[in-house]
Amino acid sequence: MWLWWAVASRSFRRYATYRAATLAGIFTNCVFGVIICFTYIAVWEQNPDAGGYDVTDALTYVWLGQAMIMTVAVWNGGSTDELADRIRTGDVAIDLHRPVGLLSWYLVSDLGRAAYHLATRGLAPTLLGALLFDLRYPGDLLTWTLFTVAVVQAVVVSFGIRMLVSASAFWLLDDSGVKNLAAVLAMFLSGLVVPLVLFPGWTRDVALLLPWSSFLQVPADIWLGQRTGLDAVEALALQTFWLLVLLGCCRALLRAATRRVVVQGG
Amino acid sequence: MGERLRSEIRAFTLLAWTWVRVSMSYRTSFVLLTVGQFVITGLDFVAILILFSNVDTLGGFDLPQIAFLYAGSALALGVADLVVGNVERLGRHIRLGSFDAMLLRPVSAFTQVCADQFALRRLGRISQGVFVLVWSVQALDLDWTPARVAMVPYLVVCGATIFVSLFTLGAVLQFWTTDASEVANAFTYGGSTLAQYPLTIYPAEAVRTLTFVVPIAFVNWYPSLYILDMPDPLGLPGAMRFAAPVAALALGLLAAAGWRTGLRHYRSTGS
Repeated sequence: MWLWWAVASRSFRRYATYRAATLAGIFTNCVFGVIICFTYIAVWEQNPDAGGYDVTDALTYVWLGQAMIMTVAVWNGGSTDELADRIRTGDVAIDLHRPVGLLSWYLVSDLGRAAYHLATRGLAPTLLGALLFDLRYPGDLLTWTLFTVAVVQAVVVSFGIRMLVSASAFWLLDDSGVKNLAAVLAMFLSGLVVPLVLFPGWTRDVALLLPWSSFLQVPADIWLGQRTGLDAVEALALQTFWLLVLLGCCRALLRAATRRVVVQGG
Repeated sequence: MGERLRSEIRAFTLLAWTWVRVSMSYRTSFVLLTVGQFVITGLDFVAILILFSNVDTLGGFDLPQIAFLYAGSALALGVADLVVGNVERLGRHIRLGSFDAMLLRPVSAFTQVCADQFALRRLGRISQGVFVLVWSVQALDLDWTPARVAMVPYLVVCGATIFVSLFTLGAVLQFWTTDASEVANAFTYGGSTLAQYPLTIYPAEAVRTLTFVVPIAFVNWYPSLYILDMPDPLGLPGAMRFAAPVAALALGLLAAAGWRTGLRHYRSTGS
């Protein structure tokens, strides 16, 4: 347990070193947040009930989205980026020799990173959004708790996908093509570009079932009180389902990859 | 001046062509990345289509009109990104010391930084913009007078110049802080996102700022008001619709001065 804490907290501190980069990122998140807010104000002016949201929900959704970009590492970033590099350079051999599992090592350090990004790039744009616009906040402790669970699960689901992408470097050596594709899917299907609830017809239902809906749509719907009680539990269960499936795939893929690496290194 | 410019353009073309040949040696990868770029930027427009499955107009503009604004913004950014997008790698060149090597060569450092790793795959964004432009032009119910037609390339050239200047100013920041390169994204990509929508959706003070301080409104908004024959929400004189070159020139001069100042300030990495 102590070991995991050490890995996570050092990962947190590592990201905390780059202060100028964090400030620059916060600035960019804020600018985009403001731009999207005015777009959504125009949309909800025309259709005050679009996607079952009112305009306050929509604006809150914008800032939650900006907060989740880095926390959940929606399109890339995080500890998994290093893995692909280390596979290319061969440094991954050291990772495989550690007395702890490769998967849990990277997962824990990604959680440390996410904690740092939540505290900085999550919180700061949200505060600015709260100052500039009228937003909605969870009313009770239960909603806050459910939201926290949803965010943690979101990070793990995103980690699972990013890990699969990085591990593809075991076979492809260069993961940039797959990473590009994964980033596009994630950006679009997480609801970052347009909330999934605005998708027309059946595309909405499908998008809500895919793993990417865990990134932003699920935490946001819990925060906004769109999904409460049993419905919220169902949303969290979908996240749990995906994180188990994805981590299972990661484990299987890494096992297959490890065998391959040993053969190559011999 | 003219001679100097010609030789810089020739150097840029030569360097860029070298990188094109490099990328062509991995043909599959090149095709995939270009198609990828096309799809990625295309999803931006799909997002607008999804918004329009919920509403009929946005800020008093209908879908073909917004598609036209979108195409103007995407083309201007696409052209600027193709030519000078790599200037944002200046911080890396400074860190690695390769910028010092560039300063010793008989071609301006700016040309070299921009041409380094020149990525023809960025044509993906441009062709996507052309695609939306063609669609919007045939969907718009407009009388295409010669003046209107001429205004389209004029819009792209002025808009691209504005984005080139913004990319450059963002890079200039990196002479002082190599960490904060992301700030530039707020102005380049942020500016282009902003310009995809009619400025009527933003508060009047914001539009004034975008006109007189950070002249993103001149990228496509004022020229498009002329082409689409829409009223100006700020009620500014009609001449504004043709003032884009003034804004582009002013910002270009500012960027050039900034680059020179940054270059003078540069004292190598020192390690």
